[in-house]
Amino acid sequence: MDLLEFARGPAMQWALILLVLGTCWRIAGIVFLKRKPDLSEPRSHGQMAGALRTIFSRSVPARAFRSRVLYSNLLGYTFHIGLAIVVFAYQPHILWFESILGFQWPALPNAVISVAAVVTLFSLVALLVKRLTSPVLRLISNFDDYFSWAVTVAPLVTGLMAVADVGFGLRYETLLAVHLLSVWLLFAWLPFGKLGHAFLVFLSRGTTGALFARRGART
Amino acid sequence: MHQGKTPETLGEELRRRGMSRRTFLKFCAAVASSMALPATMAPVMAEALAKARRQSVIWLSFQECTGCVESLTRSYAPTLESLIFDFISLDYQHALQAAAGHQAEEAREAAMKEHWGKYLVIVDGSIPLKDGGVYSTVAGETNLDTLRHVAEGAAALISVGTCAAYGGLPKAHPNPTGAAAVTDIIKDKPVINVPGCPPIPEVMTGVIANFLTFGRLPEMDALHRPIAFFGDTIHDRCYRRPFYRRGQFAKRFDDEGARNGWCLYELGCKGPVVHNACATTKWNQNLTFPIQSGHGCIGCSEPDFWDKGSFYAPLSTGRWGSAEGIALAAAVGTTVGIGSALLSRARQSDIIRKG
Repeated sequence: MDLLEFARGPAMQWALILLVLGTCWRIAGIVFLKRKPDLSEPRSHGQMAGALRTIFSRSVPARAFRSRVLYSNLLGYTFHIGLAIVVFAYQPHILWFESILGFQWPALPNAVISVAAVVTLFSLVALLVKRLTSPVLRLISNFDDYFSWAVTVAPLVTGLMAVADVGFGLRYETLLAVHLLSVWLLFAWLPFGKLGHAFLVFLSRGTTGALFARRGART
Repeated sequence: MHQGKTPETLGEELRRRGMSRRTFLKFCAAVASSMALPATMAPVMAEALAKARRQSVIWLSFQECTGCVESLTRSYAPTLESLIFDFISLDYQHALQAAAGHQAEEAREAAMKEHWGKYLVIVDGSIPLKDGGVYSTVAGETNLDTLRHVAEGAAALISVGTCAAYGGLPKAHPNPTGAAAVTDIIKDKPVINVPGCPPIPEVMTGVIANFLTFGRLPEMDALHRPIAFFGDTIHDRCYRRPFYRRGQFAKRFDDEGARNGWCLYELGCKGPVVHNACATTKWNQNLTFPIQSGHGCIGCSEPDFWDKGSFYAPLSTGRWGSAEGIALAAAVGTTVGIGSALLSRARQSDIIRKG
């Protein structure tokens, strides 16, 4: 079995298993946690509305902090949107999703994907520079932050290398295999580190929103 | 087919046959071009070939379908006839030789004895190793014994076709005969692989012509393939590549995209990961190749191509295993999650009770 076959077969199967197992573990582990009993009189019964409102309101920075978080916010949005374009609008990726979901959707031309990937990559590098140069951010960063950054950037770099067929001596099939393996590493790591926000972000925002609504706080 | 014990040089023989120097140079230019050699090599090749003596070749056919020989007989530059009659002495080949039975085996032994250490061995077909190699025998001898015996006195070996090069179809899962490639067995002789199911005839004849000219095998890659023919992928040289770049793909074999000649990636073309000369040397006198005829590359010249999933599954799809495996992972993950939450609850209750 060559590297590409390993990447397309067993490595992919195990990465998916780890992704699903870890995601279910994290979600079930949080959902079934003991809740602190709130004995106070509820100020509002619109807890569901509060949860939904918070999910959206927290996507926009509060006016008071807007200027201070503008840089990270803009770059954050840029790389999230860029990543979504690369992952969901590139034809070979759509075919991969189709092989699992059974349906596909229209793709964007390769040139658009390449531009999105490069912009995403630069945004991620700029955010790392900020993390390294800001004393506060550096202080609160740990292995999880840097490793999560690395496993997010790796598929972008290896994917661009495979598309451009720039492998510094490596053949295309090796580049493709390395790209696939970097994606599987992202899959395997995703539920266990801070990248878990991919499926926990709305759960945590909703919980906070519902709690705040019960107490009558503005969210 | 062997001509005699003291063969004249090829130059003398060609002149005797009435081949002009111009024709001979044209032939050498065609071979040099197919091997990606510079045009200046044609006269050098002509000179070397003129001085060379006819090369003794022993062709061994094992677990094969004769498709490789069929392909070789369709070669046009140089033609098989010109190779056999002008440049090599094909001393043993089941399908093409006139001799049969014991006479055939005797001819092989005689050629081996006469050209010991100098003859070329061409192998097509894989070699069964299971149960002592009993699944394929010729004249009561297993293919494994024949290969070892004949390879002992060979100058070099050429594995023709994917079966000889990598085990091919006989090696496909579950490989009932324990089929193996020549390179799995012969370790002490130079071996070159010319894979393909079948291989491109010009690649086969080009490799033979290279050996005749330079007295050695051409430069090879890690899989023992001649770099001149296997250096690029099909995708690298495919005329449909601009459609791939633009994201224009045929979705079905009979849709508008297919009729417009768009990229066949979505229909399972394996061109991006297959190394061969199909897109440049092509087939049927440089007329066409599978992608040009509307079908994606199936990667027949790559190791284990038969076991790499459907020919029609796009390259990026992978094999994600069974839904049962994923469902089991979800069940285990949920159970572990609930378990850890319950453990946490018990601890919390314990703390509250104590505190």
